[in-house]
Amino acid sequence: MLRAEGLSHAFGGARALEDISFTLTGGRTLAIFGPNGAGKTTLLRVLAGLIKPQRGRVVLEDGGTAGRGAIGWIGHQAHLYGHLTVGENLRFWAALYGLDAARARARAGELLARLGLADREHQSVRTLSRGQLQRAAIARALIHDPSVLLLDEPFTGLDLRAAADFRALLAELSAASRSTGRIVVMATHNVEEGVELATDIAFQAQGRFVRLEPRAGRPAAEIAAEYRKAVLGE
Amino acid sequence: MSNVVRDGWAIARKDLLIEFRSRTAIFSAVVFTVLVLLVFNFGRDPTAVATIDLAPSILWVTFTFAAMLALNRAFQLELENQALDGLLLSPASRLSLYAGKLLANLVFVAAIEALGLPLFVLFFNVALGPALVPLVGILALATLGFVAVGTLFSAMLVRTRFAELMLPVLLLPFLLPPLIGAVQVTAKLLAARPLSEVSGWLKLLAAYDIAFVTLAALLFPYTVEE
Repeated sequence: MLRAEGLSHAFGGARALEDISFTLTGGRTLAIFGPNGAGKTTLLRVLAGLIKPQRGRVVLEDGGTAGRGAIGWIGHQAHLYGHLTVGENLRFWAALYGLDAARARARAGELLARLGLADREHQSVRTLSRGQLQRAAIARALIHDPSVLLLDEPFTGLDLRAAADFRALLAELSAASRSTGRIVVMATHNVEEGVELATDIAFQAQGRFVRLEPRAGRPAAEIAAEYRKAVLGE
Repeated sequence: MSNVVRDGWAIARKDLLIEFRSRTAIFSAVVFTVLVLLVFNFGRDPTAVATIDLAPSILWVTFTFAAMLALNRAFQLELENQALDGLLLSPASRLSLYAGKLLANLVFVAAIEALGLPLFVLFFNVALGPALVPLVGILALATLGFVAVGTLFSAMLVRTRFAELMLPVLLLPFLLPPLIGAVQVTAKLLAARPLSEVSGWLKLLAAYDIAFVTLAALLFPYTVEE
Protein backbone atom coordinates (compact mmCIF):
# COMPACT_ATOMS: atom_id res chain seq x y z
CA MET A 1 0.00 0.00 0.00
CA LEU A 2 1.24 3.49 -0.88
CA ARG A 3 -0.16 6.35 1.16
CA ALA A 4 0.54 10.06 0.68
CA GLU A 5 -0.49 12.16 3.65
CA GLY A 6 -0.88 15.93 3.23
CA LEU A 7 2.11 16.46 0.96
CA SER A 8 3.11 20.10 0.50
CA HIS A 9 6.27 21.51 -1.00
CA ALA A 10 7.49 24.81 -2.42
CA PHE A 11 10.58 25.89 -4.32
CA GLY A 12 11.39 29.33 -2.99
CA GLY A 13 8.07 31.18 -3.28
CA ALA A 14 6.65 28.85 -5.92
CA ARG A 15 4.27 26.28 -4.45
CA ALA A 16 4.69 22.94 -6.23
CA LEU A 17 2.51 20.70 -4.03
CA GLU A 18 -0.41 21.69 -1.83
CA ASP A 19 -1.89 19.22 0.62
CA ILE A 20 -1.95 16.12 -1.57
CA SER A 21 -3.27 12.92 -0.01
CA PHE A 22 -4.19 9.56 -1.49
CA THR A 23 -3.96 5.85 -0.79
CA LEU A 24 -3.25 3.18 -3.39
CA THR A 25 -3.49 -0.50 -2.67
CA GLY A 26 -1.48 -3.20 -4.47
CA GLY A 27 -2.28 -3.69 -8.14
CA ARG A 28 -3.75 -0.19 -8.68
CA THR A 29 -2.48 2.17 -11.38
CA LEU A 30 -2.98 5.87 -10.74
CA ALA A 31 -2.67 8.22 -13.71
CA ILE A 32 -2.09 11.84 -12.75
CA PHE A 33 -2.97 14.31 -15.49
CA GLY A 34 -2.01 17.95 -15.37
CA PRO A 35 -0.55 20.72 -17.51
CA ASN A 36 3.14 21.64 -17.44
CA GLY A 37 4.06 23.18 -14.09
CA ALA A 38 1.21 21.48 -12.20
CA GLY A 39 3.69 19.79 -9.83
CA LYS A 40 3.39 16.24 -11.21
CA THR A 41 7.12 15.59 -11.36
CA THR A 42 7.62 17.08 -7.91
CA LEU A 43 4.95 14.73 -6.57
CA LEU A 44 6.65 11.71 -8.14
CA ARG A 45 10.05 12.82 -6.79
CA VAL A 46 8.53 13.16 -3.33
CA LEU A 47 6.98 9.68 -3.63
CA ALA A 48 10.37 8.32 -4.72
CA GLY A 49 12.14 9.95 -1.78
CA LEU A 50 14.24 12.22 -4.00
CA ILE A 51 12.65 15.29 -2.41
CA LYS A 52 11.79 15.53 1.27
CA PRO A 53 8.41 17.32 1.43
CA GLN A 54 8.14 20.39 3.63
CA ARG A 55 4.87 19.00 5.03
CA GLY A 56 3.31 15.56 5.01
CA ARG A 57 4.79 12.13 4.53
CA VAL A 58 4.80 9.09 2.27
CA VAL A 59 4.09 5.69 3.78
CA LEU A 60 4.91 2.54 1.88
CA GLU A 61 3.85 -0.79 3.26
CA ASP A 62 4.66 -3.73 1.09
CA GLY A 63 5.63 -6.53 3.36
CA GLY A 64 9.20 -5.76 4.14
CA THR A 65 10.83 -4.18 1.11
CA ALA A 66 9.75 -0.60 1.82
CA GLY A 67 12.30 2.12 1.22
CA ARG A 68 14.31 3.22 -1.78
CA GLY A 69 14.78 -0.37 -2.93
CA ALA A 70 11.02 -0.71 -3.45
CA ILE A 71 10.80 2.06 -6.08
CA GLY A 72 11.25 1.77 -9.83
CA TRP A 73 11.38 4.93 -11.94
CA ILE A 74 10.71 5.44 -15.64
CA GLY A 75 10.98 9.00 -16.88
CA HIS A 76 11.96 10.72 -20.07
CA GLN A 77 15.56 10.31 -18.90
CA ALA A 78 16.71 6.70 -19.03
CA HIS A 79 19.22 6.65 -16.12
CA LEU A 80 21.54 4.63 -18.37
CA TYR A 81 25.21 5.19 -19.23
CA GLY A 82 25.89 5.72 -22.91
CA HIS A 83 29.36 4.19 -22.94
CA LEU A 84 28.18 0.92 -21.37
CA THR A 85 26.24 -1.79 -23.14
CA VAL A 86 22.60 -2.46 -22.26
CA GLY A 87 23.62 -5.62 -20.38
CA GLU A 88 26.42 -3.85 -18.46
CA ASN A 89 24.00 -1.11 -17.45
CA LEU A 90 21.43 -3.60 -16.18
CA ARG A 91 24.02 -5.61 -14.27
CA PHE A 92 25.39 -2.44 -12.68
CA TRP A 93 21.96 -1.36 -11.44
CA ALA A 94 21.18 -4.90 -10.33
CA ALA A 95 24.36 -4.93 -8.23
CA LEU A 96 23.31 -1.70 -6.52
CA TYR A 97 19.95 -3.31 -5.69
CA GLY A 98 21.76 -6.23 -4.09
CA LEU A 99 21.27 -8.89 -6.77
CA ASP A 100 24.19 -11.28 -7.05
CA ALA A 101 25.90 -11.68 -10.43
CA ALA A 102 24.04 -14.85 -11.45
CA ARG A 103 20.61 -13.47 -10.51
CA ALA A 104 21.40 -10.14 -12.19
CA ARG A 105 22.37 -11.88 -15.42
CA ALA A 106 19.25 -14.06 -15.39
CA ARG A 107 16.92 -11.16 -14.55
CA ALA A 108 18.51 -8.93 -17.22
CA GLY A 109 18.15 -11.67 -19.84
CA GLU A 110 14.53 -12.30 -18.87
CA LEU A 111 13.60 -8.60 -19.03
CA LEU A 112 15.41 -7.95 -22.30
CA ALA A 113 13.66 -10.91 -23.91
CA ARG A 114 10.29 -9.68 -22.63
CA LEU A 115 10.94 -6.15 -23.91
CA GLY A 116 12.19 -7.26 -27.32
CA LEU A 117 15.79 -6.20 -26.65
CA ALA A 118 17.44 -9.61 -26.35
CA ASP A 119 19.60 -8.92 -29.41
CA ARG A 120 20.68 -5.53 -28.00
CA GLU A 121 22.25 -6.78 -24.77
CA HIS A 122 25.80 -6.23 -26.03
CA GLN A 123 25.03 -3.00 -27.85
CA SER A 124 26.20 0.33 -26.47
CA VAL A 125 23.34 2.39 -25.05
CA ARG A 126 24.60 5.35 -27.07
CA THR A 127 23.66 3.57 -30.30
CA LEU A 128 20.05 2.75 -29.33
CA SER A 129 17.10 4.52 -30.92
CA ARG A 130 14.84 6.61 -28.66
CA GLY A 131 12.25 3.83 -28.55
CA GLN A 132 14.85 1.18 -27.71
CA LEU A 133 16.34 3.45 -25.06
CA GLN A 134 12.95 3.83 -23.43
CA ARG A 135 12.45 0.05 -23.40
CA ALA A 136 15.93 -0.36 -21.90
CA ALA A 137 14.86 2.17 -19.26
CA ILE A 138 11.88 -0.07 -18.40
CA ALA A 139 14.23 -3.02 -18.00
CA ARG A 140 16.44 -0.91 -15.72
CA ALA A 141 13.45 0.18 -13.66
CA LEU A 142 12.19 -3.39 -13.25
CA ILE A 143 15.54 -5.08 -12.66
CA HIS A 144 14.90 -5.31 -8.90
CA ASP A 145 11.21 -6.14 -9.26
CA PRO A 146 9.99 -3.00 -7.45
CA SER A 147 6.69 -2.94 -5.60
CA VAL A 148 6.03 0.65 -6.74
CA LEU A 149 6.64 1.87 -10.27
CA LEU A 150 6.70 5.62 -10.95
CA LEU A 151 6.38 6.88 -14.52
CA ASP A 152 7.13 10.52 -15.27
CA GLU A 153 6.01 11.67 -18.74
CA PRO A 154 7.20 8.37 -20.17
CA PHE A 155 6.12 9.19 -23.74
CA THR A 156 8.23 12.34 -24.09
CA GLY A 157 10.45 12.34 -27.15
CA LEU A 158 8.92 9.25 -28.76
CA ASP A 159 7.60 9.39 -32.30
CA LEU A 160 4.06 8.16 -33.02
CA ARG A 161 5.03 4.58 -33.73
CA ALA A 162 7.44 4.31 -30.79
CA ALA A 163 4.82 5.89 -28.52
CA ALA A 164 2.20 3.33 -29.67
CA ASP A 165 4.63 0.44 -29.08
CA PHE A 166 5.56 1.87 -25.71
CA ARG A 167 1.90 2.32 -24.74
CA ALA A 168 1.26 -1.34 -25.57
CA LEU A 169 4.23 -2.33 -23.41
CA LEU A 170 3.01 -0.23 -20.52
CA ALA A 171 -0.49 -1.70 -20.87
CA GLU A 172 1.03 -5.17 -20.60
CA LEU A 173 3.07 -4.04 -17.61
CA SER A 174 0.07 -2.43 -15.96
CA ALA A 175 -2.01 -5.60 -16.44
CA ALA A 176 0.82 -7.70 -15.00
CA SER A 177 1.07 -5.29 -12.07
CA ARG A 178 -2.57 -5.96 -11.20
CA SER A 179 -1.81 -9.65 -10.74
CA THR A 180 1.53 -9.14 -8.95
CA GLY A 181 0.21 -6.40 -6.66
CA ARG A 182 2.60 -3.75 -7.95
CA ILE A 183 1.47 -0.14 -7.58
CA VAL A 184 1.95 2.10 -10.62
CA VAL A 185 1.79 5.89 -10.53
CA MET A 186 2.07 7.70 -13.86
CA ALA A 187 2.21 11.45 -14.45
CA THR A 188 1.52 12.87 -17.89
CA HIS A 189 0.04 15.99 -19.48
CA ASN A 190 -1.57 13.90 -22.20
CA VAL A 191 -4.85 12.28 -21.10
CA GLU A 192 -5.27 10.17 -24.23
CA GLU A 193 -1.82 8.61 -23.75
CA GLY A 194 -2.26 7.36 -20.24
CA VAL A 195 -5.90 6.85 -19.44
CA GLU A 196 -6.24 3.30 -20.79
CA LEU A 197 -3.59 2.09 -18.34
CA ALA A 198 -5.23 3.55 -15.25
CA THR A 199 -7.48 2.09 -12.58
CA ASP A 200 -7.59 5.49 -10.86
CA ILE A 201 -7.24 9.00 -12.21
CA ALA A 202 -6.26 12.33 -10.69
CA PHE A 203 -6.28 15.81 -12.20
CA GLN A 204 -3.54 18.06 -10.82
CA ALA A 205 -3.33 21.83 -11.23
CA GLN A 206 -1.18 24.38 -9.40
CA GLY A 207 0.09 21.74 -7.02
CA ARG A 208 -3.35 20.46 -5.94
CA PHE A 209 -5.43 17.44 -6.84
CA VAL A 210 -8.62 18.97 -8.22
CA ARG A 211 -10.07 15.48 -8.74
CA LEU A 212 -9.16 11.96 -7.59
CA GLU A 213 -11.42 9.01 -8.34
CA PRO A 214 -11.49 5.48 -9.72
CA ARG A 215 -11.66 5.36 -13.49
CA ALA A 216 -14.57 2.90 -13.23
CA GLY A 217 -14.32 1.82 -16.85
CA ARG A 218 -15.24 5.19 -18.31
CA PRO A 219 -14.04 5.81 -21.86
CA ALA A 220 -10.94 7.92 -22.49
CA ALA A 221 -12.90 10.56 -24.42
CA GLU A 222 -15.20 11.19 -21.47
CA ILE A 223 -12.27 11.58 -19.06
CA ALA A 224 -10.42 13.83 -21.50
CA ALA A 225 -13.49 16.08 -21.74
CA GLU A 226 -13.75 16.21 -17.93
CA TYR A 227 -10.04 17.08 -17.70
CA ARG A 228 -10.35 19.92 -20.21
CA LYS A 229 -13.28 21.32 -18.29
CA ALA A 230 -11.89 20.88 -14.76
CA VAL A 231 -8.25 21.83 -15.38
CA LEU A 232 -8.05 23.83 -18.57
CA GLY A 233 -11.44 25.58 -18.15
CA GLU A 234 -12.52 24.80 -21.73
CA MET B 1 29.72 -1.64 6.07
CA SER B 2 30.02 -4.55 3.65
CA ASN B 3 27.29 -2.91 1.54
CA VAL B 4 29.34 0.31 1.40
CA VAL B 5 32.33 -1.64 0.08
CA ARG B 6 30.21 -3.65 -2.39
CA ASP B 7 28.27 -0.66 -3.74
CA GLY B 8 31.31 1.64 -3.69
CA TRP B 9 33.27 -0.90 -5.70
CA ALA B 10 30.40 -1.29 -8.21
CA ILE B 11 30.27 2.49 -8.72
CA ALA B 12 34.05 2.85 -9.02
CA ARG B 13 34.29 -0.06 -11.47
CA LYS B 14 31.50 1.45 -13.57
CA ASP B 15 33.22 4.88 -13.64
CA LEU B 16 36.56 3.37 -14.62
CA LEU B 17 34.96 1.23 -17.33
CA ILE B 18 33.26 4.33 -18.79
CA GLU B 19 36.57 6.22 -18.72
CA PHE B 20 38.38 3.26 -20.27
CA ARG B 21 35.80 3.24 -23.11
CA SER B 22 35.57 7.01 -23.67
CA ARG B 23 39.20 7.94 -22.79
CA THR B 24 38.22 11.61 -22.85
CA ALA B 25 39.45 12.79 -19.46
CA ILE B 26 42.55 10.57 -19.25
CA PHE B 27 43.60 11.67 -22.74
CA SER B 28 43.17 15.36 -21.85
CA ALA B 29 44.99 14.91 -18.54
CA VAL B 30 47.94 13.10 -20.11
CA VAL B 31 48.27 15.66 -22.93
CA PHE B 32 48.07 18.44 -20.32
CA THR B 33 50.78 16.77 -18.19
CA VAL B 34 53.13 16.30 -21.14
CA LEU B 35 52.61 19.86 -22.36
CA VAL B 36 53.17 21.50 -18.98
CA LEU B 37 56.30 19.50 -18.28
CA LEU B 38 57.55 20.24 -21.79
CA VAL B 39 56.91 23.98 -21.49
CA PHE B 40 58.60 24.20 -18.08
CA ASN B 41 61.52 22.14 -19.37
CA PHE B 42 62.21 24.46 -22.26
CA GLY B 43 61.08 27.64 -20.52
CA ARG B 44 63.39 27.49 -17.52
CA ASP B 45 66.97 28.74 -17.38
CA PRO B 46 69.03 26.12 -15.51
CA THR B 47 71.83 28.63 -14.96
CA ALA B 48 69.50 31.03 -13.14
CA VAL B 49 67.55 28.63 -10.91
CA ALA B 50 68.74 25.14 -10.02
CA THR B 51 66.49 22.35 -11.27
CA ILE B 52 66.27 20.87 -7.81
CA ASP B 53 64.74 24.13 -6.50
CA LEU B 54 62.14 24.37 -9.24
CA ALA B 55 61.24 20.73 -9.93
CA PRO B 56 59.06 19.95 -6.87
CA SER B 57 56.75 22.92 -7.50
CA ILE B 58 56.44 22.07 -11.19
CA LEU B 59 55.68 18.45 -10.37
CA TRP B 60 52.84 19.32 -7.98
CA VAL B 61 51.35 22.13 -10.05
CA THR B 62 51.21 19.74 -13.00
CA PHE B 63 49.58 16.91 -11.05
CA THR B 64 47.11 19.22 -9.31
CA PHE B 65 45.74 20.75 -12.48
CA ALA B 66 45.74 17.42 -14.33
CA ALA B 67 43.74 15.96 -11.43
CA MET B 68 41.16 18.76 -11.81
CA LEU B 69 40.18 17.20 -15.13
CA ALA B 70 39.42 13.93 -13.35
CA LEU B 71 37.51 15.62 -10.59
CA ASN B 72 35.43 17.63 -13.06
CA ARG B 73 34.42 14.53 -14.92
CA ALA B 74 33.55 12.48 -11.81
CA PHE B 75 29.96 13.68 -11.52
CA GLN B 76 29.56 15.13 -15.02
CA LEU B 77 29.18 11.60 -16.34
CA GLU B 78 26.22 11.08 -13.99
CA LEU B 79 24.34 13.86 -15.79
CA GLU B 80 24.01 11.76 -18.94
CA ASN B 81 20.41 10.48 -18.96
CA GLN B 82 20.13 11.81 -15.38
CA ALA B 83 21.86 8.71 -14.03
CA LEU B 84 22.55 10.58 -10.79
CA ASP B 85 18.84 10.36 -9.96
CA GLY B 86 19.06 6.62 -10.52
CA LEU B 87 21.93 6.39 -8.05
CA LEU B 88 20.04 8.45 -5.49
CA LEU B 89 16.94 6.29 -5.98
CA SER B 90 18.87 3.09 -5.44
CA PRO B 91 19.36 1.62 -1.96
CA ALA B 92 23.11 2.35 -2.22
CA SER B 93 24.00 4.71 0.62
CA ARG B 94 25.37 8.19 0.00
CA LEU B 95 28.56 7.02 1.72
CA SER B 96 29.01 4.25 -0.84
CA LEU B 97 28.42 6.74 -3.65
CA TYR B 98 31.14 8.98 -2.21
CA ALA B 99 33.46 6.02 -1.62
CA GLY B 100 32.96 4.79 -5.18
CA LYS B 101 33.64 8.20 -6.70
CA LEU B 102 36.67 8.74 -4.45
CA LEU B 103 38.12 5.36 -5.41
CA ALA B 104 37.60 5.94 -9.14
CA ASN B 105 39.16 9.41 -8.88
CA LEU B 106 42.14 8.05 -6.96
CA VAL B 107 42.78 5.39 -9.60
CA PHE B 108 42.43 7.99 -12.33
CA VAL B 109 44.81 10.48 -10.69
CA ALA B 110 47.25 7.67 -9.83
CA ALA B 111 47.31 6.71 -13.51
CA ILE B 112 48.13 10.30 -14.47
CA GLU B 113 50.88 10.41 -11.84
CA ALA B 114 52.26 7.05 -12.98
CA LEU B 115 52.57 8.41 -16.51
CA GLY B 116 53.76 11.86 -15.43
CA LEU B 117 56.50 10.84 -13.01
CA PRO B 118 58.78 9.15 -15.61
CA LEU B 119 58.31 12.18 -17.91
CA PHE B 120 59.25 14.46 -15.03
CA VAL B 121 62.42 12.43 -14.41
CA LEU B 122 63.22 12.51 -18.13
CA PHE B 123 62.62 16.23 -18.72
CA PHE B 124 64.24 17.49 -15.53
CA ASN B 125 67.02 14.94 -15.36
CA VAL B 126 66.24 14.27 -11.70
CA ALA B 127 67.99 11.27 -10.16
CA LEU B 128 65.25 9.67 -8.07
CA GLY B 129 67.20 6.58 -7.00
CA PRO B 130 66.52 5.85 -3.31
CA ALA B 131 63.98 8.72 -3.18
CA LEU B 132 61.57 6.86 -5.47
CA VAL B 133 59.78 4.78 -2.83
CA PRO B 134 59.29 7.64 -0.34
CA LEU B 135 58.23 9.93 -3.20
CA VAL B 136 55.56 7.43 -4.24
CA GLY B 137 54.41 7.42 -0.61
CA ILE B 138 54.20 11.22 -0.56
CA LEU B 139 52.30 11.19 -3.86
CA ALA B 140 49.78 8.78 -2.33
CA LEU B 141 49.45 10.77 0.89
CA ALA B 142 48.92 14.15 -0.78
CA THR B 143 46.75 12.76 -3.58
CA LEU B 144 44.34 11.13 -1.12
CA GLY B 145 43.77 14.45 0.63
CA PHE B 146 43.14 16.61 -2.38
CA VAL B 147 41.09 14.02 -4.25
CA ALA B 148 38.89 13.54 -1.15
CA VAL B 149 38.13 17.27 -1.03
CA GLY B 150 37.90 17.53 -4.81
CA THR B 151 35.34 14.71 -5.01
CA LEU B 152 33.13 16.55 -2.50
CA PHE B 153 33.36 19.86 -4.40
CA SER B 154 32.76 18.10 -7.70
CA ALA B 155 29.46 16.72 -6.35
CA MET B 156 28.53 20.10 -4.92
CA LEU B 157 29.04 21.88 -8.23
CA VAL B 158 27.70 19.33 -10.68
CA ARG B 159 24.26 20.92 -11.01
CA THR B 160 25.60 24.46 -11.26
CA ARG B 161 26.43 26.37 -14.40
CA PHE B 162 30.14 26.80 -15.15
CA ALA B 163 31.03 23.87 -12.86
CA GLU B 164 34.30 23.35 -14.72
CA LEU B 165 35.36 26.94 -14.02
CA MET B 166 34.09 26.99 -10.46
CA LEU B 167 35.85 23.82 -9.32
CA PRO B 168 39.45 25.12 -9.42
CA VAL B 169 38.40 28.48 -7.94
CA LEU B 170 36.70 26.89 -4.94
CA LEU B 171 39.00 23.94 -4.54
CA LEU B 172 42.47 25.46 -4.74
CA PRO B 173 42.33 27.34 -1.41
CA PHE B 174 41.53 24.04 0.31
CA LEU B 175 44.45 22.35 -1.44
CA LEU B 176 47.08 24.77 -0.21
CA PRO B 177 48.05 22.82 2.96
CA PRO B 178 48.64 19.45 1.27
CA LEU B 179 50.29 21.09 -1.75
CA ILE B 180 52.72 23.13 0.31
CA GLY B 181 53.47 20.06 2.40
CA ALA B 182 53.97 17.87 -0.65
CA VAL B 183 56.28 20.41 -2.31
CA GLN B 184 58.36 20.75 0.87
CA VAL B 185 58.73 17.01 1.34
CA THR B 186 59.45 16.39 -2.37
CA ALA B 187 62.16 19.07 -2.32
CA LYS B 188 63.90 17.39 0.62
CA LEU B 189 63.59 13.96 -0.99
CA LEU B 190 65.08 15.15 -4.27
CA ALA B 191 67.93 16.79 -2.33
CA ALA B 192 68.59 13.38 -0.71
CA ARG B 193 67.79 14.75 2.75
CA PRO B 194 66.41 12.36 5.41
CA LEU B 195 62.64 12.25 5.95
CA SER B 196 63.15 13.14 9.60
CA GLU B 197 63.77 16.73 8.45
CA VAL B 198 60.22 16.97 7.17
CA SER B 199 58.38 14.98 9.83
CA GLY B 200 56.25 18.04 10.63
CA TRP B 201 55.02 18.24 7.03
CA LEU B 202 54.39 14.50 6.97
CA LYS B 203 52.24 14.79 10.08
CA LEU B 204 50.36 17.68 8.49
CA LEU B 205 49.69 15.61 5.35
CA ALA B 206 48.46 12.66 7.41
CA ALA B 207 46.27 14.89 9.61
CA TYR B 208 44.83 16.60 6.52
CA ASP B 209 43.95 13.21 5.01
CA ILE B 210 42.23 11.96 8.16
CA ALA B 211 40.35 15.21 8.75
CA PHE B 212 39.22 15.86 5.19
CA VAL B 213 38.37 12.30 4.18
CA THR B 214 36.16 12.08 7.29
CA LEU B 215 34.65 15.54 6.80
CA ALA B 216 34.01 15.00 3.10
CA ALA B 217 32.31 11.64 3.75
CA LEU B 218 30.09 13.26 6.39
CA LEU B 219 29.17 16.28 4.26
CA PHE B 220 28.72 14.45 0.99
CA PRO B 221 25.04 13.44 1.50
CA TYR B 222 24.07 17.12 1.82
CA THR B 223 25.64 17.95 -1.53
CA VAL B 224 23.50 15.50 -3.51
CA GLU B 225 20.13 15.89 -1.75
CA GLU B 226 17.51 18.22 -3.23
